[in-house]
Amino acid sequence: MSSAPAAPQGDAVPSRGVPLQAVPVRHWGQWVAAAVLLVLLVLLVRAVAANEVIQWSVIGDRLFQPVILRGLVTTIWLTVASMVLGVVGGVLVAVARLSDNVLLSSLSRAYTWVFRGTPVLVQILLWFNLALFFPRLGMGSLSVSTNDLITPFGAALLALALNEAAYMAEIVRAGILAVDPGQREAAEALSMTRGLVMRRIVLPQAMRVIIPPTGNELVTLLKTTSLVAVIGAGDLLTRAQAVGATDFTRMEMLIVASLWYLVLTSIASSGQMVLERRFGRGTAPTSRRSALGRLAADLRPGRTRRATS
Amino acid sequence: MVEALAVHKSFGHVDVLKGVDLVVAPGEVTCLLGPSGSGKSTLLRCLNHLERVDAGTVRIDGDLVGYRLKGEKLHELRSHEVAAQRRRVGMVFQRFNLFPHLTAAQNVMEAPVQVLRRPRGRARSDAQELLARVGLADLADRYPSQLSGGQQQRVAIARALAMDPALMLFDEPTSALDPELVGEVLDVMRGLAADGMTMVVVTHEIGFAREVGDSVVFMDGGVIVERGTPAQVLGAPRHERTRAFLAKVL
Repeated sequence: MSSAPAAPQGDAVPSRGVPLQAVPVRHWGQWVAAAVLLVLLVLLVRAVAANEVIQWSVIGDRLFQPVILRGLVTTIWLTVASMVLGVVGGVLVAVARLSDNVLLSSLSRAYTWVFRGTPVLVQILLWFNLALFFPRLGMGSLSVSTNDLITPFGAALLALALNEAAYMAEIVRAGILAVDPGQREAAEALSMTRGLVMRRIVLPQAMRVIIPPTGNELVTLLKTTSLVAVIGAGDLLTRAQAVGATDFTRMEMLIVASLWYLVLTSIASSGQMVLERRFGRGTAPTSRRSALGRLAADLRPGRTRRATS
Repeated sequence: MVEALAVHKSFGHVDVLKGVDLVVAPGEVTCLLGPSGSGKSTLLRCLNHLERVDAGTVRIDGDLVGYRLKGEKLHELRSHEVAAQRRRVGMVFQRFNLFPHLTAAQNVMEAPVQVLRRPRGRARSDAQELLARVGLADLADRYPSQLSGGQQQRVAIARALAMDPALMLFDEPTSALDPELVGEVLDVMRGLAADGMTMVVVTHEIGFAREVGDSVVFMDGGVIVERGTPAQVLGAPRHERTRAFLAKVL
């Protein structure tokens, strides 16, 4: 409502060819809240930084210590390997679950039930202690000692991959079910076999639904790998704790580990964004502006229209 | 070409088809008319085994569709055998069902490359030719979401033609289109009919049925009420139900 002359009735539009400016709702509350948060953040940082018990120089030194870097590599390797096995396993379990074959779908259901229904920490310990149950694996002369076959790392990988497959199966299943049944019909009418329909038509479209939760799974898995410290599988947390226990820098080493976990999860999240764009092909482009960018745009004073990009 | 005899189909307790016979000669265009729920779409979908019939037989070129006769019983074919049978039958859907992750040309190429193992280069040039035939030569690299409804449906027709079918099934191909886009799709179908394609068309376009159809079949309540040439069925319907239906849609 700029300088519109008083009109006889209601909201009259000035008719002199001046385009009206649209002024969206202004969120003054966000400004106030942001200021309050900023103050609190400064206070918190000061309290931690000024804490004399924490030796900040140690954190800087230990961040790139070879033993920590080795742990970092183990964590990455464990995460990637379990995730790859988990995705492959999850697709197989999901396809089995949706198959007409009653045996396959029941097996798949049972698998998900068991591996989602028990804590992953328990699963890690079970695989690690498998030798208590089965001292040797295999048959007759073709057997090996269980402890030779299942190292701490092997037990960790097995537990995480099998567990992840159960979660991925549910995600993949939801993705497959989200694809319009008309797609399957159209493909079948083109005389494509079921396998082709799944591989060429359904799964690529399901990816759009599957990727966002899978990114979350990857981030979760990355952090879950820290559980394998209980069996000393040599991951980031195992090594950080070992170092911290020897020279009384527990807190510092936990902060070192946390910093690395933060770096890894940030990288994983940005990778997810790239994938989402790749598989969003053929659908309406979504806003590429980040949450931060949106906030900045909202907070900018005097803005008259939200930019669309 | 098509010979369906005593086809029965029910969904749960609802009998959708109660013994339907349908014969279509090569090169003939048959239009299926009828109120919604009359079973015409189901009948069409039985012709390429998208629905399995409960009783009766469907033959295309003399071959049983979806089943093998062993003694007195029909045994359903395995899914890859059904897939092989569908090569001769193209289908166009009411809601287009284009593959949204593929461009128009890729939609058309998909089945020839994956099913017939055609080399990509040749499939691509075939696709280009088919898209030109439906008037979309310059939109080959667009994704379905970038095309209008009429354009999408024409791509869908090109996609079905890419398998070089002997029979084309159309399931209400213009029902999901804005009125001003119906004409472009019907034009393509008219062209196909003129080229001698055998077609079975479920439609509400009475004008199209009258002009292009060689025969018109009117269905209601899961049975065929009346059939004949367009002039007979549309011009001088003998049954009360046909007359009532035509009075409503014309």
